[in-house]
Amino acid sequence: MKRFYILLLVLALTSCADKPQKLKQVEGKQIQISDSIEKSKELEDFITPYRERVAEEMEGVLAYTPKAMSKTDYKLNTPIGNMMADAVMEMAGPVFKKRTGKFIDLVILNYGGIRSGINAGDITTRTAYDIMPFENEVAVAELASDELKAMVEYLAKSKVAHPIAGLQVIVDAEGNLSEAKVNGEQIQKKTYYVATSDYLIKGGDRMEFFLRAQNVETLDYKLRNLFIDYFKKKDTIAPMRDERFSQLKN
Amino acid sequence: MRLCVMSDFLNSKTKAMKRLHFIKTTGAATGFLAAGGLGVLSAFQPKPFSKHLTILHTNDVHSHIDPFPANDSKYPNLGGVSRRHSYIQNVKSENPNTLILDAGDSFQGTPFFNFYGGELEFKLMSKMGYHASTIGNHEFDNGIDNIAAQLEHAKFDMLNANYELKNTSLAGMVKPHQVYEVDQLKIGVFALGIQLEGLVSKDLYKETVYIDPVEIAQEQVRILKEELGCDLVICLSHLGYSYKSEKIDDLKLAAKTKNIDLIIGGHTHTFLEKPSVVENVEGKKVLVNQVGWAGINVGRIDFYFDDKGTSESESLVIEV
Repeated sequence: MKRFYILLLVLALTSCADKPQKLKQVEGKQIQISDSIEKSKELEDFITPYRERVAEEMEGVLAYTPKAMSKTDYKLNTPIGNMMADAVMEMAGPVFKKRTGKFIDLVILNYGGIRSGINAGDITTRTAYDIMPFENEVAVAELASDELKAMVEYLAKSKVAHPIAGLQVIVDAEGNLSEAKVNGEQIQKKTYYVATSDYLIKGGDRMEFFLRAQNVETLDYKLRNLFIDYFKKKDTIAPMRDERFSQLKN
Repeated sequence: MRLCVMSDFLNSKTKAMKRLHFIKTTGAATGFLAAGGLGVLSAFQPKPFSKHLTILHTNDVHSHIDPFPANDSKYPNLGGVSRRHSYIQNVKSENPNTLILDAGDSFQGTPFFNFYGGELEFKLMSKMGYHASTIGNHEFDNGIDNIAAQLEHAKFDMLNANYELKNTSLAGMVKPHQVYEVDQLKIGVFALGIQLEGLVSKDLYKETVYIDPVEIAQEQVRILKEELGCDLVICLSHLGYSYKSEKIDDLKLAAKTKNIDLIIGGHTHTFLEKPSVVENVEGKKVLVNQVGWAGINVGRIDFYFDDKGTSESESLVIEV
């Protein structure tokens, strides 16, 4: 008797599974992966040799910063962005001078290229990897004044805190370009040497003015290595927000 | 309050599903073993949904193999693949009918990528049991040939339908879609990638040709739904959640197409309070989800199916 019932049940289930199915209910949620979830030992064991090899290289302390910084700290210009653009000016300038006899007039990087914030405390090789994980190199473009003006317009229009150095841009209260200066002077009819990354030189982030560069000199100097060298040179990294890119109030 | 009730209901439903699975797999030959469980019949009154599919998903993990450090200013102690693996294992033991999907940009962001070029990311995704991923713009960071090289370490499917790859090293290695048969349900998954020009250097993506995602999506859905008879269609998208401009995004894609049930998005690193529900061209509801980045979160979507025709008038219930 019992056996009969079981057989019936199995048959019923089998036939049921073959019926066409209709979606009846959907539930969506999100699970945060926090330390309340135990780590899988199997995966930890697998990762360990990779992690140890990377750590050897990464944990060397290069400098110190008293304050955390992030690209979202302020609008238009930020301590972390200013530090990165200033570092390019300071470290790539002598390399470019030695190679060409010329000076870098200004620096522009892109906001999207700041890949992480910097925590308060020790700055290590890992910090440089965090903020600049990409393999991009420093490149210097020779731009005509018209292209430089196009760059200034790009900045004024986007109002994004792209890191800049050597350049001052002021927009008015309505958001239109008010003034632009290179090293304290109005833009003149001459060519300017603009240091940036080889990613932007190829028109990345819609910086199309770089596609019209008269000349491009790549320095074979990776941005990440440049930051590592900059951190090694300094004891303390404490950049400030300033007026290099600002908006006037009514 | 409503949520509490819901989860209690879910628990009892899940238990019933487990029993169902057990009986089905043991089969008639071992009917005697199951004899003791005659009382099981009562568990089907009232009858639960006949099938339950769980989707787990991530996007833009960006080589975050370890959790963020304890002193991180934004995400202290969050993320990490070892914990994600434990969570996935728990869900799979609760519902073996689980698909694990990723919406691209698993590469680039920590020294693990700089040192190993994506090898470790793909090996770990394979160990975690991922079924499919797609090509995000950062997959190109060490060049398209590196993607081809690293795919050797991937035991999951790499999907994309709107990059023409025939003149690249990825030719034949990336499928437009894949159908996964789960508990006799056919789950069709296809994938879309973002426009590369202006975002990735040409010397990295080489001869990859980007094709308009909307047309491609309609074509893929038609194949999956009409030709292959899928019960559910999922789009893995690396287009981005939402742009103010005309640029195509997940919300626009959902509104402009039909027969997509779920869009799992990426690229914009969007944290959503809950999945978005968008009406498609036919006025049917599409779920659009994205779970931030760096493996901080895992998205979980549960689909419950029932026999067609049992209560045709009932509409789809979405709980988010």
